[in-house]
Amino acid sequence: MGRYVLRRLLLTIPVLLGASLLIFSMVYALPGDPIRALGGDRPLSEAVQAQLRAEYNLDDPLLIQYLKYLAGLVQGDFGTDFSGRPVLATILDRLPVTARLALVAVGFEILIGIAAGVLAGLRRGSFFDNLVLVSTTVVVSIPVFVLGFLAQYVFGVRLGWFPIAGISQGWYSYVLPGLVLAALSLAYVARLTRTSLAENLQSDYVRTARAKGLSEARVVGKHTLRNSLIPVITFIGADLGALMGGAIVTESVFNIPGLGRAVYDAVLRQEGAVVVGIVTLFVFFYIFFNLVVDVLYAALDPRIRYE
Amino acid sequence: MRTKRAAGAAVLMTGTLLLTACGGGGGEAGADGGGGTFSAYIGEPENPLVPGNTTETEGGQVVDALWTGLVEYDRETNEAVYTGVAESVESEDQKTWTVTLKDGWTFHDGTPVTAQSYVDTWNYVANSTNAQGNSYFFANVEGYEDLQAEEGKEPAGTEMSGLEVVDDTTFRVTLTEPYAQFPTTLGYTAFFPMPQAFFDDPEGFGEQPIGNGPFKADEAFQEGQGITLTRYEEFGGEEPAKAAGVEFRVYTEINTAYNDLQAGSLDVVGQIPPDAIASAEDQFGERFKTTPRGDITSLGFPTYDERFADPQVRRAFSMAIDRQAITDAIFQGSRTPAASFVSPVIDGHREDACDACELNVEEANRLLEEAGFDRSEPVDLWFNAGAGHEEWMQAVGNQLRENLGVEYQLRGDLQFAEYLPKQDEKGMTGPFRSGWIMDYPVMENMLGPTYSTAALPPAGSNVTFYSNEEFDAKLQEGNAADSVDAAIQAYQEAEDVLLADMPAAPLFYGLVQYAHSENVSDVHVNSFGRVEVEDVVVGSE
Repeated sequence: MGRYVLRRLLLTIPVLLGASLLIFSMVYALPGDPIRALGGDRPLSEAVQAQLRAEYNLDDPLLIQYLKYLAGLVQGDFGTDFSGRPVLATILDRLPVTARLALVAVGFEILIGIAAGVLAGLRRGSFFDNLVLVSTTVVVSIPVFVLGFLAQYVFGVRLGWFPIAGISQGWYSYVLPGLVLAALSLAYVARLTRTSLAENLQSDYVRTARAKGLSEARVVGKHTLRNSLIPVITFIGADLGALMGGAIVTESVFNIPGLGRAVYDAVLRQEGAVVVGIVTLFVFFYIFFNLVVDVLYAALDPRIRYE
Repeated sequence: MRTKRAAGAAVLMTGTLLLTACGGGGGEAGADGGGGTFSAYIGEPENPLVPGNTTETEGGQVVDALWTGLVEYDRETNEAVYTGVAESVESEDQKTWTVTLKDGWTFHDGTPVTAQSYVDTWNYVANSTNAQGNSYFFANVEGYEDLQAEEGKEPAGTEMSGLEVVDDTTFRVTLTEPYAQFPTTLGYTAFFPMPQAFFDDPEGFGEQPIGNGPFKADEAFQEGQGITLTRYEEFGGEEPAKAAGVEFRVYTEINTAYNDLQAGSLDVVGQIPPDAIASAEDQFGERFKTTPRGDITSLGFPTYDERFADPQVRRAFSMAIDRQAITDAIFQGSRTPAASFVSPVIDGHREDACDACELNVEEANRLLEEAGFDRSEPVDLWFNAGAGHEEWMQAVGNQLRENLGVEYQLRGDLQFAEYLPKQDEKGMTGPFRSGWIMDYPVMENMLGPTYSTAALPPAGSNVTFYSNEEFDAKLQEGNAADSVDAAIQAYQEAEDVLLADMPAAPLFYGLVQYAHSENVSDVHVNSFGRVEVEDVVVGSE
């Protein structure tokens, strides 16, 4: 098991290198001149533009720029954005914020998503089951920013239950954005749980358990649910990585100063170092959480073994 | 549940004078002088909060609260007034200027504001190796060229020969050419002074700046979140800030800020989202305000393109656009039709300078006919993507089609970073959107940087590539004039040349629409589009 984890971790290195080069070339390939855009309608003086281009290696070919970036990275230098602020400082400032938001979102997925899925799965065809089906369909079909502004207007402006923007009220500030961020995945989790549970309830081993005279609670709780949750946990684990990166819209709507907002701004300004730094981090999280899921898998299902 | 801030606001509204603590984002009522704290919207500043490197409005709003310039601008007339650091700015020949400072001005760290502070700061900002965005504002100071380094090299010097400290409160500025408007320019951000502390630690300074203005920064700017400033009690100006503090909150989405304003947890939003303007008026009543902003939106013509080389054609295009119809239908009153190259907030603006800015379909067609314009070919209409230009550009196109019988093609797929270089390299194949925001309220600033020969790209913003000796000469004459009236006279004559040649068609003047909560009063946005935070009073009167 230990060796397996180590091997997987070592594998992340080439993946991250490849990913960062890919992202780097994508930013590089964006048309336009970021330094010219800094000044807007009134251009910066030519000498100042030249100075900035030299500072950010923008005159070099792509590969040289990338190698210079890597060379800095090895020494712990993540580069700076166009305003001269170190990218690492931005990441360290914003990572906890996004992590908190993702955590709240996953919390909602687990609590609400699984609960709704289990109840719907146990009572197929009931009113509640239909309610879950309809409401998840609705959620899945609404764009996130519409959902965000709607939630903000109803619960923030009209009812005044939640703060609308920012993070000045601690964890409480994360509730509404967390719910909106979770909405889509939550719907999937509910559906997935329902289907998986419904399927397993038909299986032979459940019939056997029932035939042995086990209580319904034990049949569902210990035998069925545990198996049914394997695909759900896989999904949630992979989703945690995706949530970190998927927070761009939610963070903008609720004005949460996290990584998603930073990367959005950086793409608009074509700040290669910032985009590469943060997106590579997202890729790392994605890989990392997938690894955690695989390990959890073995814990849930003794038939699965890694060596 | 109500937020803590709302509770704080309620206390204020009941008229309680003993404001010892008011909730919200760390808001604190003033210990001496009173006043309370309010919050205001800003977008994310692009650069560190250093005046020499602050080129956009968002950071400019904070920098404006932290600094006071040599001169300030009258809210109504926009004339330069000597309520800032300068006692006087005088010259015999409009070329060599003597700036005399008032006594008693200090930076927030307690050090005095001296002539040396200005000279040191200006030399730093002008030096191209320091890559300050506002470097070019010193281009007309003698010796500026010595501070411009070629790529990879050191500049020839680090001090401009045109700057000379006479004594602690006096310094002399020598310009390369006479410029009578020089004193008026000195209220602009680029000319703010910085203390020694900046040169010791530029990076730290950028996050927690030390200015000489009505508010000071007790903490660093939090990227993505904002900064809270408190009143500077040793302020050197006549009137200290009325509020004890101001919290600038950074928002990515203006809609979110507007929602926060509606919910009462944000006090001032200096810019209403376009969709909300109609309802904002009803909702906020007298707390919704509109004020002119010193800018202009024009339809630039590629004078380098054969089809648009003839002034007749350009005048015809201008005459075919019904500006009023577009402002009514698309801008919901957030713009006004333009009939001059100069914003109405600037002294010397003439209301109907431009006869070709009136809709005149008949005359327009006659001119096109005379010029032999080929109407069978569609014209390209250029604008940058994602900035809300598509709708009105399309309206312009529809009017050209209807009034001139010319088909059009929208070319709006370039991002700003692509659009600007394309303009600079004569890449526009048809009329294009162009805009200008004044740096200081002087006619020259709306004409020179955009239409003079000296401002041809890459040096400046003359993206129509218009060049006319007569215009340049008139501008020069205005610059050298020894009275305001004479200068305005010359600038207006320069504008007349422009109006005859029409390198661009003036379309709209900007308006700022803003609103504030019941928590504050005396909220004004000036013609630079900035909230005058030092005048805001917390609590209604």
